[in-house]
Amino acid sequence: MVCSLVRGDLKQVFSNKNGEKMVVLNVNGKKHRLDVEPEMPLLWALRDELKLTGTKYSCGVAACGACTVKINGNAVRSCVFPVSAAEKQEITTIEGLSADGKSHPLQKAWVKLQVPQCGYCQSGMLMTAAVLLEKSSNPSDQEINQAMQNICRCGTYVRVKKAIRMASEEA
Amino acid sequence: MKIKNSNFSQKRRNFLVTSAGVSGAFVLGVTFKPDLTVAANNYGPELTHWILIDADETVTVRIARTELGQGTFTGLAQLVAEELECDWRNVKSEYADVNMHIHRDRIFKSMSTGGSRGIRDSQDYIRKAGAAARIMLIRAAAKRWNVPESECTTQNGVISNSLGKTITYGQIALSACEESIPTDISLKPVSGWTIMGTSPARFDIPEKTNGQQIYASDFLLPGMLHASILQCPVWGGTLKSVDETKISSLAGIKKIVKDQAWVAVIADNWWRANEALKLLPVSWNITDNQNVSSESISKLLRTGINDESSPVARENGNIKDAFQNAAQIVDAEYSSGYLNHATMEPQTTAALFTTERLDVWSGTQNGESTAAAAAETVGIDLKKVFVHKFHAGGGFGRRVAHQDFTKQAVKIARSLPGTPVRLQWSREEDMRHGKYRPVSLVKLKGALDREGNWLGWHVRQADQSIMITVRPSAIKDGVDPVNTRCFKDNPYTVSNYRNEYAMRNTHVPPGFWRAVAHTNNPFAREGFIDELAHAAKKDPYLFRRQYLQGTKDLDVLDAVAAAINWEQKPKAGFERGIAVVDAYGSYTASAVELSVDKDKKIDIRRVVVAINCGNVVHPDSVRGQIEGGVVWALSSLMHEEINIKDGKAVESNFTDYKVLKLAETPEVEAIVMPSGDFWGGVGEPPISSIIPAVANAIFQATGERVRQMPISKLGFSFRT
Repeated sequence: MVCSLVRGDLKQVFSNKNGEKMVVLNVNGKKHRLDVEPEMPLLWALRDELKLTGTKYSCGVAACGACTVKINGNAVRSCVFPVSAAEKQEITTIEGLSADGKSHPLQKAWVKLQVPQCGYCQSGMLMTAAVLLEKSSNPSDQEINQAMQNICRCGTYVRVKKAIRMASEEA
Repeated sequence: MKIKNSNFSQKRRNFLVTSAGVSGAFVLGVTFKPDLTVAANNYGPELTHWILIDADETVTVRIARTELGQGTFTGLAQLVAEELECDWRNVKSEYADVNMHIHRDRIFKSMSTGGSRGIRDSQDYIRKAGAAARIMLIRAAAKRWNVPESECTTQNGVISNSLGKTITYGQIALSACEESIPTDISLKPVSGWTIMGTSPARFDIPEKTNGQQIYASDFLLPGMLHASILQCPVWGGTLKSVDETKISSLAGIKKIVKDQAWVAVIADNWWRANEALKLLPVSWNITDNQNVSSESISKLLRTGINDESSPVARENGNIKDAFQNAAQIVDAEYSSGYLNHATMEPQTTAALFTTERLDVWSGTQNGESTAAAAAETVGIDLKKVFVHKFHAGGGFGRRVAHQDFTKQAVKIARSLPGTPVRLQWSREEDMRHGKYRPVSLVKLKGALDREGNWLGWHVRQADQSIMITVRPSAIKDGVDPVNTRCFKDNPYTVSNYRNEYAMRNTHVPPGFWRAVAHTNNPFAREGFIDELAHAAKKDPYLFRRQYLQGTKDLDVLDAVAAAINWEQKPKAGFERGIAVVDAYGSYTASAVELSVDKDKKIDIRRVVVAINCGNVVHPDSVRGQIEGGVVWALSSLMHEEINIKDGKAVESNFTDYKVLKLAETPEVEAIVMPSGDFWGGVGEPPISSIIPAVANAIFQATGERVRQMPISKLGFSFRT
């Protein structure tokens, strides 16, 4: 038996490629002018336009946290956050977590406890944890559990918890 | 910058060139243009094909397996460094070049990174390489000093002689390369290890904490384009038509590629490609497969369970007599569904096709398979394929035997010769087109005598074969050697035992999955042993002891029992479960202490996991694998399942394919107890005993025997 499936309604997107509007993003303290659609998720502006590939794509629906960046002090899942909303905001990606890429208390704890396994989710883990510690310098177990909704398939959760606690003690 | 070409001349050494660029540069993520002119090159200053030593004392160890997060990139280098007696601080790892491997008659042996084999299957030849290199260095130094080799000693990368002279490995390496490779090699005893058995910082950690680790998803080439793919949602269907006009004029869209069962859109940005793909009108030719559902598959498995003539995987004694003589018969059925790997990095491969060669960039779990799949797909000489490996963003078996994404990527790249294109699957494609840990139904029947002694055991499995899709020749007399693991090699010494295997295949694509059959089969086996113990009114730990003869099984079982204080009653409100399984050449046992409240919320207070993997190279990585194994086990026990409806996967993302999260994760107590007399695996074995230990504890706490996974379907959840 043969049948056919037709997907989706058609609608025109990508209306903003006429160059009439540039998006200005402030990422890790640097301003970037981008000629992209306003609805493009910040994730893809970071990865494919600015070549900041530390922020990862994994689910595309804000369900896993691999794409987490900091925007004005909040942990934001950039895969569903349009660049138009990110304009003029202060964006920090994993590349900007510390100036030297190793001196943030979380980065130190992560290395000390050898947290990452495959590592693919770890940028998002670190950015989520960094925002948590900025909001609560000595988080309770409950706060850690609530904040750290990021998915890790390798199962580094045990060490993530320990490393957050270690970093909070150091900070 | 140019790719250091891996098309080598047979001239053994040209010291102007080192092999560092062969793969190291890719890992660093430097963007460069492939050199298509095939410059002459060589193998570098080799001390055996595994080791290069530079004048600056850098010791480069070539790694044939893939770093998936299990620590193999560091552990394999430790094996070499131990025998080489070099300074660990000078050691670095790089991937053994796949093209070189092909040109040199597969000199790096297996590149497969599955089955918990990375260390155990490499250790012998890798350590011998380190020992051989050390002898070559000593010989060269002895010649230079004109002293007997026996008067030279090595320590930390320095050779000394009896006259007090010293020379470093870096200083003598070029001469040492001229020495022939010794064959009569003895390896250090465990007692002599100084690098193996310790936990130096893993090489791959720092870049995984600052966004600098480059995965196949991140690697960039100038002018690289991005592709997103849509595969026929009902497996087995084919592409009927697409209306390209609807998207071809959209910004950034470069090309639409059609194949038998998929369509891909290439654009200058992955999001643009994927958005356009969502808008593309696609129709498929769907087959009768659309009538398949989880319910119809359950019925199919039932036909296997009812099949009295199922092939016999193992038989001891006579179960018929045992059941006739039984005072009590216990029977139960255990079931589990399809599971997806759901690697955090969706399937991703980049390729560049030209008339001269084919380059492929991949976080593959087997570089050789990737090369073979690529060559076969476009019909070019394997020697013209250049696979560049990256650390994988999760593997769990998805990136080993099945190279579907490789075949697609090279076809897509072939449509734009000279332009590098990266295919990245969306999460939805990754979820709907996994190679799933197959469904399984197991019927178990046990015979007990009046005193509760175990007389006989009948196990009939009905499940879907993986091997039939990847290596049918491995199936003998209808029995799948992978899917029968844990039953065919059951260590319990019940004298009358029969294991039957009814293969029931569906159109749903099956695949190897972290611990594969050692997830569902131990769930059934160790759950049922608990049921027998309960029926026999015996302690589940002592009942197991009674029927386990192997001291290694007993040792790990005793270890977890002692650690969780099995002899003493647990704290009020808490109950315990225990299980023991040998898997992938190792022995593991788990003991769990938990409570379950009236809302069926499970509070796991303790998880103790013991492993005897024979020898331990990097203890901290073994602990990491146990911790990760607990998460993998709990996730599959509680949450994971791919359901089938209308011939396709129901689940499409982490929104409906639930996995374990941090708040649900208990503390893990790992007991690493190597006996030193064998080499076993680590990445998968612990998972096998954790799942049933938790299930058995749930029974103790609730009286409800959980016989199907995931148990969220039975109303259970983890307290957070």
